[in-house]
Amino acid sequence: MSRQFTPKVVTANALIEGDAIWLTEDDRWTRDIREAELIEDEAHGQLRLLHALSQDSVAVGAYLADAKPGERGPEPVHFREAFRTRGPSNYAHGKQEVA
Amino acid sequence: MMYHYNDFDEAFVRGRVAQFRGQVERRIDGSLTEDEFRPLRLMNGLYLQLHAYMLRVAIPYGTLDSRKMRQLAMIADRWDKGYGHFTTRQNIQYNWPALKDVPDILDALADVGMHAIQTSGNTIRNVTADHFAGAAADEVADPRPVAELLRQWSTDHPEFQFLPRKFKIAVTGAEADRAVIRSHDIGIQILRRDGEIGYRVIIGGGLGRTPMVGKVLTDFLPAADLLPYCEAIVSVYNVLGRRDNKYKARVKITVHENGIDAIRDQVNERFALIRPQFSGVDQRMLREIERSFALPSFRPSSRDAFEAARNSDPVFRSWADTNLAAHRRDDHAIVSISLKKHGATPGDATSAQMRLMADLAERHGYDELRISHEQNVILPHVPMGDLPAVHAALKDAGLATANIGLISDIIACPGMDYCALATARSIPIAQEIALRFDELKMEHEVGPLKIKISGCINACGHHHVGHIGILGLDRAGVENYQITLGGDGTETTVIGERAGPGFSADEIVPAIERLVKGYLELREDAGETFLQCYRRLGLGPFKATLYPEARADAA
Repeated sequence: MSRQFTPKVVTANALIEGDAIWLTEDDRWTRDIREAELIEDEAHGQLRLLHALSQDSVAVGAYLADAKPGERGPEPVHFREAFRTRGPSNYAHGKQEVA
Repeated sequence: MMYHYNDFDEAFVRGRVAQFRGQVERRIDGSLTEDEFRPLRLMNGLYLQLHAYMLRVAIPYGTLDSRKMRQLAMIADRWDKGYGHFTTRQNIQYNWPALKDVPDILDALADVGMHAIQTSGNTIRNVTADHFAGAAADEVADPRPVAELLRQWSTDHPEFQFLPRKFKIAVTGAEADRAVIRSHDIGIQILRRDGEIGYRVIIGGGLGRTPMVGKVLTDFLPAADLLPYCEAIVSVYNVLGRRDNKYKARVKITVHENGIDAIRDQVNERFALIRPQFSGVDQRMLREIERSFALPSFRPSSRDAFEAARNSDPVFRSWADTNLAAHRRDDHAIVSISLKKHGATPGDATSAQMRLMADLAERHGYDELRISHEQNVILPHVPMGDLPAVHAALKDAGLATANIGLISDIIACPGMDYCALATARSIPIAQEIALRFDELKMEHEVGPLKIKISGCINACGHHHVGHIGILGLDRAGVENYQITLGGDGTETTVIGERAGPGFSADEIVPAIERLVKGYLELREDAGETFLQCYRRLGLGPFKATLYPEARADAA
């Protein structure tokens, strides 16, 4: 048996602003990870990543990041991905500024 | 005084901005892919980080005047979030520029003779120098003319645009090494022997994954040979340096693998070949550059107001005793402005603070400013009589923290709060340590102690040469902090020793507190610094204070 697949989201940085963005199920890029598509199948994840990589003029450096289901949508697993949803810890800049 | 662009410099920088403007337009309209654009933006100092782009602007040898500093403040307000981050390479980084604005920022920099060229990529990077250059009492010669000559030679040098890896040069003109020259690819120390100026050239130093102390390539290079000799070094490295493995590509590994004697032979061979091509134009240029760094016409100043303030105001006294350094003239002082207020982000300055420092430089410091690799700002020439006024103005701006060289004067890289390469955060650890020791009111009692924090193994925070070094790592998805002890970044450079297992983010500040309190118990008297005490006793007793449970287990 293959090992169990950890759910993923597709994420990248926006071309102009450079901030973190996530791919939604209906092919939009969102700045809120909770709106992202939670991918639970490895093959589907590869297809979604290929789609994201083809959007090079909007999204830079797309990759698959581990995520888990939360009450209001996908949540990050690793602390690095959690920081990307918020911004730095020394100032209320970045996504937490708007939130 | 400082070096001003000549017509050639000006045209070159403007040309590069225009070129980059076109590249950004083509990236935004989709004609360039990221793979095509990335090397182009990196050549202009533009990185893509965790939350935004980051623009790294070169401050050659850390020297600024008020006009440049005010322009940096203007850029922070207009295109960023009202602040800038001064780095361990004497540069400034903007953490939030939008891609479309970067060409305008570069034009604004060019307006004051600044740029972001060669602040990234496998090229010769910004040449750094002693931040007390031109002012220090112990200086043989101002290192900046040499640094400027090297900057001109290395900028857009056709042979050195695709080196095996990045290449960093630092220059000092004093025996006391304030420029960390033994941790650079090339470190240059200006010497005077029998009245003659020459250079001690050190190569193969570096921190990062494989920290190494630089080795002396030549003990006294005649002044006129500097440029061909440096060119010979970089040429030999360009051929020998490993391009097969990124982690073995720096010159420190080339020196380590080939041996310093073999490298010296090859450098001498190459030098003999190219030396005749240097007709002396470089030396004439150096003479011209030296005129740009002539000392200001110092105005005599009385020490009376200084002594009076020092005797009557304990806050001024504490600041003066901690943040001033000896100037070449008795009636002047070197002022270190701390960008390390307890709880603040090391190296950050708001636009208002930048403007205030520019005003002070203009009013009280012959219009000169320097950025230190320890992430502070220096007013290199302040008349003694002006110090009370300077202190009062700094105090109002939150810039008068009396902590230079003390435990809260921490070097910290941006870490995972900004950097895409980081494995853990650095800034919050620095903030918490500074706040804790301020709360304990211990830092003046503890005395000289350098803490340096890096958020990954690349060691931008110089942790290996911190008396206490902290390295942030990702251990199974959790931030973990390793401590090294006994490091030293001066003329007696030593790479610190790993103390033992790492600490979690919650445990690291208490661990540092145990260590420092342990040192107070261990030291012979108040005159024995942390580093001296460590050198006398070795790792053992310090390790015992760091890991009390291990000691209990062993008992």
